[in-house]
Amino acid sequence: MGWEYVVPGYLIVFGVLAIYAVSLIRRGRRLSEQLPPEKRRFLD
Amino acid sequence: MTTEISPEPASKTTTMTDAVTSTGSKVTRVLGALSLVSIALLLAFGLLVSPPEIAQGDSVRLFYIHVPSAIVCLYIAFSITLVGSIIYLRNQSTFWDLMAGAAAEVGVVFLGFTLVTGMLWGKPTWGTYWTWDPRLTSTAVSFVLYLGYLAVRRLDMDPVARSKRAAILGIISFANLIIIRYSVAWWRSLHQGQTLDPRDTQLDNTMLFSFVLGVLALTMTFAWLVIHRFRIAWLEHQLEAQQLELAIAERTSQGPTGLAHGGA
Repeated sequence: MGWEYVVPGYLIVFGVLAIYAVSLIRRGRRLSEQLPPEKRRFLD
Repeated sequence: MTTEISPEPASKTTTMTDAVTSTGSKVTRVLGALSLVSIALLLAFGLLVSPPEIAQGDSVRLFYIHVPSAIVCLYIAFSITLVGSIIYLRNQSTFWDLMAGAAAEVGVVFLGFTLVTGMLWGKPTWGTYWTWDPRLTSTAVSFVLYLGYLAVRRLDMDPVARSKRAAILGIISFANLIIIRYSVAWWRSLHQGQTLDPRDTQLDNTMLFSFVLGVLALTMTFAWLVIHRFRIAWLEHQLEAQQLELAIAERTSQGPTGLAHGGA
């Protein structure tokens, strides 16, 4: 009883997390390519 | 003061370009691996090992992702946004401005999980996906407030004024989290009160372990996402500054005529 709610819940959470994580990695790589190496440091 | 967030110096075997071609670092790789392992364990314990609850049956398994998601966004993510916003307003620290924005974006994702898993848990438990209960309504209001915060951060305007407005909204939005926290005590609510009382927990050991695993897995995943999101924001900030420098150099190279023309 309840699997019809549990499975979509887990699929949504971990599916969205996977998509979001991959999109962040790709976005980071794309942005890094647009900057010279000395500006790719994460400084304050 | 200069603080290095990603201490990954170019090694002898790799060039600097090779070392920093993404937002990843040794720390994020270790954190990412730990997150994946803990998520795998959470899936095993949450879906297979932990027993169904007597009254709720298997729908109790949503507890292992619903409550940890709420803890991550309400207690960690938006607290970082609050602290970052306050520090930014005090000393205009770019680091804290970008960190506040990064934590808010990832926090909104986790708040979305809290709402969706709550709705899915509500149907078999309360008989409805949604009701205008104080806890649910205040959580939905927070979702809208932080979406507004993210929208302000994307406004096409002076970056300093934009960051200041976002910081003010980041502080105001946090006030609603106090309402969420105490809504079940202040008003008669369909939502249950405090889930776990450390002094008197009646939770089965496997259930308690699965819950703790959920908190650990989602907290580590949150940390991994925030670090990457912060580094993206930093790169965007650098790119914006570079484009501004180029535009100024272009104007300067055009000489007084070009400047007069450009300024007209």
